[in-house]
Amino acid sequence: MSQPRPQGGGTGTAAESGQTWDLRLYVTGQSPNCLRAIENLRLVCEEYMPGRYRIEVVDLLENPRLAADDQILAVPTVVRRLPAPIRKIVGDLSDTERLLVGLQVRPPAVNAA
Amino acid sequence: MLYLYWGKTLHGMTRGKANMVNTSLTDPLGAATAGPGLAKAPTGIDGLDQITGGGLPRGRVSLVAGSAGAGKTLLGLEFLVAGARKYGEPGVLVSFEESAAKVALNAQSLGFDIDGLQRDGVLVVLSFEVEPSQVITTGAFDFEPLFLLLDEAIRRIGAKRVVLDTIEVLFGAFGDNAVVRAELTRLARWLEDQGVTVVVTGERGEKSLTRRGIEEYVTDCVILLDHRVRDEISTRRLRVVKYRGSAHGTNEYPFLISAQGFIVLPITSITLDYGASEERISSGVDRLDHMLGGGFFRGSTVLLTGTAGTGKTSLGAHLVNSACSRGEPALWVLFEESPAQVLRNMRSIGLDLQKWVDAGLLRIWAARPSAFGMETHLAILYQLIEEMSPSVAVLDGVAGLTHGSPSLESASMMARQIDLLKARGITTLVTSLGHENEPSTMIVSSLVDNWLLLRNIETNGERNRLLFVLKSRGTAHSNQVREFVLTDHGVELVEVYVSASGMLVGSARLAQEAAEVGAHVQEADDRDRRLRELRGRIAEQEAHIVAAQIRLAAERAEIDRIDLRERRLAAVAKADWSTMATQRWADPVPSNGGQQ
Repeated sequence: MSQPRPQGGGTGTAAESGQTWDLRLYVTGQSPNCLRAIENLRLVCEEYMPGRYRIEVVDLLENPRLAADDQILAVPTVVRRLPAPIRKIVGDLSDTERLLVGLQVRPPAVNAA
Repeated sequence: MLYLYWGKTLHGMTRGKANMVNTSLTDPLGAATAGPGLAKAPTGIDGLDQITGGGLPRGRVSLVAGSAGAGKTLLGLEFLVAGARKYGEPGVLVSFEESAAKVALNAQSLGFDIDGLQRDGVLVVLSFEVEPSQVITTGAFDFEPLFLLLDEAIRRIGAKRVVLDTIEVLFGAFGDNAVVRAELTRLARWLEDQGVTVVVTGERGEKSLTRRGIEEYVTDCVILLDHRVRDEISTRRLRVVKYRGSAHGTNEYPFLISAQGFIVLPITSITLDYGASEERISSGVDRLDHMLGGGFFRGSTVLLTGTAGTGKTSLGAHLVNSACSRGEPALWVLFEESPAQVLRNMRSIGLDLQKWVDAGLLRIWAARPSAFGMETHLAILYQLIEEMSPSVAVLDGVAGLTHGSPSLESASMMARQIDLLKARGITTLVTSLGHENEPSTMIVSSLVDNWLLLRNIETNGERNRLLFVLKSRGTAHSNQVREFVLTDHGVELVEVYVSASGMLVGSARLAQEAAEVGAHVQEADDRDRRLRELRGRIAEQEAHIVAAQIRLAAERAEIDRIDLRERRLAAVAKADWSTMATQRWADPVPSNGGQQ
């Protein structure tokens, strides 16, 4: 596993629920899809889990073998490492509804528990 | 470039003992091998390379489609292992279904040392366990990581072969959408640009070849694997559905997955170019050899049919015994009895075969027909032949093999078995319970060179065995029927008597023989008596002759005696006359007068 390389989008601990979202975003360089994904993910996190998320961006161009180790076939891919279980969301994350479903952010009542 | 590859292909195909079959098959499919500009990558699976005329299209993508458990992964593995070990072409396996550890384990059970190949730097295994439940897609994406990984692996080991197993899993995980299709097409084109030969495997679909229809846009060559079970017997089939730019065998070919891996058995009889030996070898029964004009031709195939208990196995034992006596290895495949039982039974007719087993000349292999599917029987036969290269093979009781399944399949399987043996010049005796008119027998019979028929006939309250030679190619064979007798010193063939009342066999024959012996005695007696009579008469006549001669001699002697006395008397008289004249002083008397 690569060392987490947090980028921008501030880390923080959840104030109310104590829930931290540990997310890893795999990209290949600066492809349009990847850039869009980074942007979309930040927006959603800021809106729905402000201060309670951590995003690590991994560029597979730098180390392709990480794709085999981490079982990444497609980019961009977001891996929700925490909370368990591990979820993978593939795509440029342009569909916010599906991203939220994928991250299991909704319904908040359930997740906040 | 092309020439070099073809050279490799030839090298691959002429390996081992199968070269006779291989080279022979290249001709009918000549277009496949000599196709303009289409280089091929041998799979290392002999039969498949024959059917495809040298292997898969080099630098292109081939699809191997089949249902679960059909052997797709194994075919891909063999392609890679053969490439790495035999043809100097390293390979990359991308498994979407199994972990690397599982792949290695499965391959190991088939004799492939995946770990060793990876250590040697001739194989890279990339595995992705794609769990559809874990993946959600939202928006545009691509498979760039897969490209990156493949690119890295191909460069690292100089790979020439890539297997993607099973690519359709990606549809399940990422959705059957335009993005995935576009990416897969891009992957295929990209791999072709890398100059690697690619095998992708796909799940068999209900209506199309593959569930996701990837054959439509991915591949140049499609091989379909089928695993069907009919009447509780499983058969694996392989068919080359499509081969762009190359001729190929279009039939369904049986194949099997053995401990030696993938074995495809093409029908070689389509070539019909077996060598023909002039040499005769003994059947082990003198009279039968005589009926056949000196025995079976070496390398010929003999079908022996007959109903139960007609002595088929015994005749087979004779052939085996005869081969071993000449020091030639023999293979005896029993489908109905155990080796121990057959050895015991043959001892009862005076054949000790155990000694040949002990000497390592005779190999007996027994298995119930129902123990395996026909393809497995075929594979075992293939292995046995490869192992011991017999000069003579006896397949005993193949009827059992054919009864378990539809006659067409079984006949075709029999044809393959016969072919396998024939192509290697092995003299083969196939015994079958079949009847002349049974369809399966009829199909098989056209493949065999000799057909002997044993038949029980029932007369005078007993059953007796008769042997007919129905056909014997290339031989002026006897058209006569012989009685087939099992004695304590083996099989004997005996003339049957043909009389006004029909054929005489068994007791009737013995009675006839006895009657003939009696007639002989009577005849001899008559002759002796006649001779005695004649001799007696001759003796009598001779005695008469002797007596007559005695009388004759006596009469001659009498004549002589009388004559002598006359002369004496004359002399005396003359003397008396002289004396008297002297006394009387008589005148001399003329000599001619006065004597009597």
